Amino acid sequence: MIMLEITNLHAGYAGLEVLRGIDISISPNEIVALIGPNGAGKSTVIKSIFNISDVTSGSIVYKGEEITDLHTHELIDFGISYVNQGRVIFSNLTVRENLEIGAELIRDRHVVEKNLSHVFRKFPVLKRKAGQLAYALSGGERQQLALGRALMQNPSLLLLDEPSLGLSPKLQKELFETISQLREDGLSILIVEQNAKKAIQIADKTYLLEDGKIALSGGKDIIKHEKIKNVYLGGRY
Amino acid sequence: MNPYITNLLILIAIYIILAVSLNLALGYTGLLNLGHIAFFGIGAYASTLLTQAGVPFIASFIIAGAISSIFGFLLVYATKKLRGDYLALATLGFNFVIYSLMLNWKSLTRGAAGIPGIVKPSFFGFTIQSNISYLIFVSVICIFCIYLMYLIVRSPFGRLMQATRDDEFGLRVLGKNTSVIKYKVMIISSFFAGIAGSLFVHYITYVQPNYFTLTEIILVLTIVIVGGIASLKGTIIGTFVIVLVPELLRFLPLGSSVLGPARQIVYALILLGILLYRPRGLFGRADLQ
Repeated sequence: MIMLEITNLHAGYAGLEVLRGIDISISPNEIVALIGPNGAGKSTVIKSIFNISDVTSGSIVYKGEEITDLHTHELIDFGISYVNQGRVIFSNLTVRENLEIGAELIRDRHVVEKNLSHVFRKFPVLKRKAGQLAYALSGGERQQLALGRALMQNPSLLLLDEPSLGLSPKLQKELFETISQLREDGLSILIVEQNAKKAIQIADKTYLLEDGKIALSGGKDIIKHEKIKNVYLGGRY
Repeated sequence: MNPYITNLLILIAIYIILAVSLNLALGYTGLLNLGHIAFFGIGAYASTLLTQAGVPFIASFIIAGAISSIFGFLLVYATKKLRGDYLALATLGFNFVIYSLMLNWKSLTRGAAGIPGIVKPSFFGFTIQSNISYLIFVSVICIFCIYLMYLIVRSPFGRLMQATRDDEFGLRVLGKNTSVIKYKVMIISSFFAGIAGSLFVHYITYVQPNYFTLTEIILVLTIVIVGGIASLKGTIIGTFVIVLVPELLRFLPLGSSVLGPARQIVYALILLGILLYRPRGLFGRADLQ
């Protein structure tokens, strides 16, 4: 079974075509990584799934249903959540309020409480700091909060846009461990990453994007490919 | 009570409603709205014209707020693609448009001559004549308005307002339509500005376009910035500070030609001091971007 199937996707912003025919598939319980140079269109793939960029042609099918034209809140109801770039959180609200806003679309209080305790178990530091204003959090804690906020929606597919951006190597390592754990919990994850090596290591499948097209795809052994070695890892590996 | 003090307190109560409602849009939601005085003016003229047409005060008062709300919605709808400085300029422009209308639509507003003889508020067969009773009346309304706005900012909707300010895109990807949040906020904010305008003209019983100029925008903005972004308490205290401190100049032996400019200097000094030493204002909880 396939969770998400993107076929021949052309998309961009207001007339500017960024993606020029992309095919990607994600199976349940799988981490798929998108790597590539700046401007290749990595984030645009995620934004197309979430209907934030303009899709000109092609199809996106999720659990057998065409979702290309659905609104953001409908996609969230379907179980797709998005964590945007830059760990942006609502810094003048408390940690708890940030999480509750994540579940704003869920009407059932019990479900919200259940999701909240799940997130608190996953990220104990958020529970400790639940009453504090979010701007006092460190970079790593902010990333946990951004992830936790998406988990409040109880997604089955999580879209992560450059989650490691600006984190120290130690925090990056923790973050990638967390992401692997989320797969253990049964989530499918599409991750856009500039840290190509780490992304390939945790991913079940990696796509290399170049100039709006898939240049290469494969499993963990993709790291040995000449192209990846020379261009993205500086030939050091 | 000393009539001078009574007069000041009445103006403070009106300015509190005006400034706190501006803080809802500007401070809590991050909408850099410089058109707030236009809503104050629209409320003032609406209430004047309605009562002169024979509509009872209470109805005029509420309708004045509602008409301001309609303009508030139209303004935010027309500027929905603008952010930050661009929104500030567009809303400032809106202010000048409304001012020009007040000045030039003479058949409706009598232009620069203004409209005198506005009735004192009366309801249930009782008319508010003395300034003391007006003070009580306006204080009750002011406290009620503050309480309503307090309930709004403490509600889940208030959290969404602040989330819109902190990270609008982040809120949109959580499935919230932030445009709708902004529409609602501007409708609420301009309603309160409109009723403040009504309270203002029924107190001084005269209205003219010059009450709604750039100077007034600066005054209300100064109150909000000094009191602090996204703080109701700060705005209330800010109003007292900004209205009362320049009044102290009256007790100095200054000529009337010096008094006006001296007042402007005091505003500037307060504003500079705040920006240098407390950039978030007295009780601010967020930065103004």
